[in-house]
Amino acid sequence: HCVADHTSVDSPVPHVCVVGSGPAGFYTAQQLLKGNPDIVVDIYEKLPVPFGLVRFGVAPDHPEVKNVINTFTKTAKSERCSFIGNVEVGRDITLQQLRDAYSAVVLAYGADNDKTLGIPGEGLDNVLSARSFVGWFNGLPQDRDLKVDLSAERAVILGHGNVAVDVARILLTPIDILKTTDISQHALEALSHSCIKGVVLVGRRGPLQVAFTIKELREMTKIPECRPHLNPKDYLELLDLIPDLPRPRSRLTDLLYKTALEPNARYKALWADAKREWKLQFLRSPIHICGETKVTGIKLAINRLEVCLHTVRKHFKPIFTFICLCPLVYQVLRSIGYRSVSIDKDIPFNMERGVVSHTQGRVDGLIGVYCSGWVNTGPVGVILTTMTNGFETGKTIIHDISNGTLELSGKQGKNDILPLLQKSGVQVVSFSDWMKIDEAEVERGQNCGKPREKLVDIDAMLKIASTAAPSPL
Amino acid sequence: FSSTAAKPKKETITVHFVQSDGSKFSTTAAVGENLLDIIIDNDIDIDGFGACEGTLACSTCHLIFKQEDYDKIPDKPTDEELDMLDLAYGLSSTSRLGCQVVLTKDMDGLQVQVPTAVVDARDPS
Ligand SMILES: Cc1cc2nc3c(=O)[nH]c(=O)nc-3n(C[C@H](O)[C@H](O)[C@H](O)COP(=O)(O)OP(=O)(O)OC[C@H]3O[C@@H](n4cnc5c(N)ncnc54)[C@H](O)[C@@H]3O)c2cc1C
Ligand code: FES
Repeated sequence: HCVADHTSVDSPVPHVCVVGSGPAGFYTAQQLLKGNPDIVVDIYEKLPVPFGLVRFGVAPDHPEVKNVINTFTKTAKSERCSFIGNVEVGRDITLQQLRDAYSAVVLAYGADNDKTLGIPGEGLDNVLSARSFVGWFNGLPQDRDLKVDLSAERAVILGHGNVAVDVARILLTPIDILKTTDISQHALEALSHSCIKGVVLVGRRGPLQVAFTIKELREMTKIPECRPHLNPKDYLELLDLIPDLPRPRSRLTDLLYKTALEPNARYKALWADAKREWKLQFLRSPIHICGETKVTGIKLAINRLEVCLHTVRKHFKPIFTFICLCPLVYQVLRSIGYRSVSIDKDIPFNMERGVVSHTQGRVDGLIGVYCSGWVNTGPVGVILTTMTNGFETGKTIIHDISNGTLELSGKQGKNDILPLLQKSGVQVVSFSDWMKIDEAEVERGQNCGKPREKLVDIDAMLKIASTAAPSPL
Repeated sequence: FSSTAAKPKKETITVHFVQSDGSKFSTTAAVGENLLDIIIDNDIDIDGFGACEGTLACSTCHLIFKQEDYDKIPDKPTDEELDMLDLAYGLSSTSRLGCQVVLTKDMDGLQVQVPTAVVDARDPS
């Protein structure tokens, strides 16, 4: 076949589809649209609403982070881009069907499952995954009825990552502050009756291996009416190491040290009238969550770091020594990481790493299939990480189009897919349909002094989406 | 866009940007503006630049300064700016976030380097 040069007038228009409308999907689309003036990009999304974890993950008290939505909206409004919501790839349409209709398919469906501990008691009533808890306060439809028990004074969070810290902060922040965010009303209601006074974050590694970032830690030190309660012993040895660590780790460790041992006067004043507190517990691995139906305690194994404190975490291996009991905890939140899954039988999947099998974004064994974002990198890093990966994937595709690797002729994109969806009775949601949902949510928010009150019912979303004459995709 | 029609004439200086591919771009900019504004006003196309729109919640506006220029910036970085910078790719000792750097008169001739994005999915350790 002929080598396609995108500058030639008579070469067919490349149709590319993206599966998933989180940051990975949108940044990849942005790069594609910019890199090739003819390309047409369709973004398929399982939910009727776009933006993935920017909407359903990023904490409600971090509205600034959500400003990326403005750029995504610009991309979606491009004439060469369509958002096709309420379509679950793997269920409503198969990968093979998409490959038949598009020159390239980009898997950018994120990681909406979680890792489990695999220990007894994990299934007790009061053990929740941080992922569902986050979904619950962020209005994710599938988590709206989550049973959250805030009747005890203490909650334990298993994990030392940014998600664990987000969860802790939401549990500890005064309700008057949360009220002004877009936190879901059902969560606000439950949190306003919360009895929680203390949150313990338990990590299997030491203070030099924490996975949360300094921004999140600094926020924890500034929650009104709340103070850190850190055990000085855990931090004493760090002082000598701080100057030799790489800058980010050094600053983070320094902040931990100062918080535990040398808070300045401003902090001391801030913490003086605290009603709530948080703790970090290091070198503990949960091995048994005790209780009949509800949690009554957690058995923790005490770990020792295999090498000295300098150890980069990659080389870290915990050694179990003996067991201690952390009694009387009622709400346990497991925050040990997200996990991606395979959504279609044709997708080669690396179970061990929890990512799609690929080589530099090209999915192994499937020409014209790519992956981007958390399905590519694993569930790590921040939006910046995902953005960089999305741009790279976009560039790879542009490259493969211009050197003729991809089949361009006979591909009609959404014109081939929409009739199939219609036949199986799927109501697709366009970007202008989403704008109607968006407007309804902002209006609902105004009634209760919030920037937005998310709809948590898919049928309600679809109803609003279909109110006026359906807009052409 | 900038419309200065009715306002008194603002003092301007020249700023040079060196893109990650080595290409250069120079512009005049009003004293008092920050570097993110200038990049947006001039439609300088840097992938993903300014994702959080100047709210100190990303590090996509990371720029690298020459030492002498860095020293001329009157406002030293706050802890919050340094916290975000710690997540940036290619962090250097003369890095700043563009949205936090406000131009002053004696920064005329300033040259800033847009860092090259490196693909590295690991978090900082
Ligand atoms: C709780 C939490 C808080 C975070 N807070 C921050 C923060 O403050 N700042 C920051 O920079 N980063 C933050 N992050 C990281 C950031 O959210 C991720 O880097 C980013 O969202 C990953 O993008 P993605 O597109 O790969 O995945 P996602 O954002 O998960 O997007 C995937 C999309 O694919 C859709 N999808 C799934 N399956 C299918 C299917 N079968 N068919 C069609 N569509 C499908 C999903 O519905 C979703 O919309 C946070 C992450 C979490 C979990
Ligand atoms: S634009 Fe996000 S920190 Fe400057």
